[in-house]
Amino acid sequence: MDSNTKSTPVARKYILSKSVDSVFLGVYNGFMFIARFFREVFQPPFEFKEIVRQCYEIGYRSLALISMTGFITGIVFTKQSRPSLSDFGATSWLPSLISIAVLRALAPLVTAIIAAGKVGSNIGAELGSMRVTEQIDAMEVSATNPFKFLVVTRVVATSLMIPILMLYTAFVALVGSFIDIHQHELTSYVSFIEKAFERISFLDFWSSLIKSLIFGFTIGMVGCYKGYNASQGTEGVGKAANASVVLAMFLIFLEEIVVVQITNYIRP
Amino acid sequence: MIKNTSHIDTTNQVISIRGLEKSFGELSVLRGVDLDVNKGENVVVLGKSGTGKSVLIKIICGLLRPDRGSVNVLGEEIEQLSEKELQAIRLKIGFSFQNGALYDSMTVRGNLEFPLERNFRHLSRNEINQAVEEVLDNVGLLDMINQMPASLSGGQRKRIGIARTLILRPEIMLYDEPTAGLDPITCIDINNLINEVQQKYHTSSIIITHDLTCAKATGDRIAMLLDGRFLQHGTFDDVFESDNPAVKAFYEYNFIQ
Repeated sequence: MDSNTKSTPVARKYILSKSVDSVFLGVYNGFMFIARFFREVFQPPFEFKEIVRQCYEIGYRSLALISMTGFITGIVFTKQSRPSLSDFGATSWLPSLISIAVLRALAPLVTAIIAAGKVGSNIGAELGSMRVTEQIDAMEVSATNPFKFLVVTRVVATSLMIPILMLYTAFVALVGSFIDIHQHELTSYVSFIEKAFERISFLDFWSSLIKSLIFGFTIGMVGCYKGYNASQGTEGVGKAANASVVLAMFLIFLEEIVVVQITNYIRP
Repeated sequence: MIKNTSHIDTTNQVISIRGLEKSFGELSVLRGVDLDVNKGENVVVLGKSGTGKSVLIKIICGLLRPDRGSVNVLGEEIEQLSEKELQAIRLKIGFSFQNGALYDSMTVRGNLEFPLERNFRHLSRNEINQAVEEVLDNVGLLDMINQMPASLSGGQRKRIGIARTLILRPEIMLYDEPTAGLDPITCIDINNLINEVQQKYHTSSIIITHDLTCAKATGDRIAMLLDGRFLQHGTFDDVFESDNPAVKAFYEYNFIQ
């Protein structure tokens, strides 16, 4: 199509309708991919060894970055909150404020965003590369179910590991916060723990855990979907890795809003 | 070298294709292909790039679905098989990919163990090791057992790829451009390996290539694909003694090359 025909109303309508079609087709294919996951995840044979390997890879790959980010988040959030609280002479509330903020929002989001960048892009690139080099086809023709071995294992692993990593991030962030509070307010660790857990409810704990599980599922599913359906050679691998991160992050923020609304509705 | 064809059973067809058609969007790739492969026979499908040779073998093993026509493999209509039945028939079909398609994250041993562990879960560790070593020995690469695919040459990758399919003891072998991108000496090695596989494992094969040396060395019968249809069938000499200008052009181009 040349530049003249591109600008005609009919051509514009054609391009628009093709774009709309491709969006709906993408959403439909995405749901079919998720449906296939739920069909296959409970059917034997189970690839336990590969799930354990993937869990180790995900944990190992993200641990250093999550430790650093969690620690810094704890310190920075404490430092930023102190002036506002000290205006009201309420610095003793710092541990409660930090622990609630960390557990309810910061730890799940920080963990998910880092995992989307590190793990999601890796899954997208790995599966994309396997697709364009015909490794997935090779599995299929050797009577092995590549979806079960590659997709189910990775999605299960991310769904299991992100909640565990979230708890670890929360712990590291609270350690960072404690160090800062201990320096300024001379609070002992016993008193910090007491105050930190005073205001935390079971609902906070479980909602964060479930939220992280949803984030983990999203990261794994998006990475696998983009990688598994990659095309157009090496360019396709790059696109799959990139799209895995962008789409996963977008969905994570959407899910955050939904889960917060539901939790607030349930909260007494 | 004239190949011994006494092992071919012309009364027993392992692959029978009738009126096969396949298009990708508006591009029509296969336009009514008919092909029979007898038990124990090596059929070479020759043709230019983009004529649908690889599409043909991908349809045979169920990786692609045809638009029209029938594909009968070992007495089963591929189109009518359920996913489970297709898995069972795939165990009898070996597919050697153009670049080997070895699993990058696994060693050579891992690559060979992978299909075996998943399809024969009752096998002991000892039996798996034995099968892996035997098949690697047959392709002459036993000493590469602990190497990663990245450290192998193009020819070695293809041999390991063939070994990975042979470990399941297939009845049919499908070779996608087995000599593409290889030096002439390695091409001869691969051609010999294809013939050894035919003799040792009693396989029937379809060999996709545009390399006339490979076609002559490995094929019991040649089928020439042009514009989505088979133009010529027969022995190598039958095909290239033809007066068809397209066949002559293909032959002359390869000869000049």
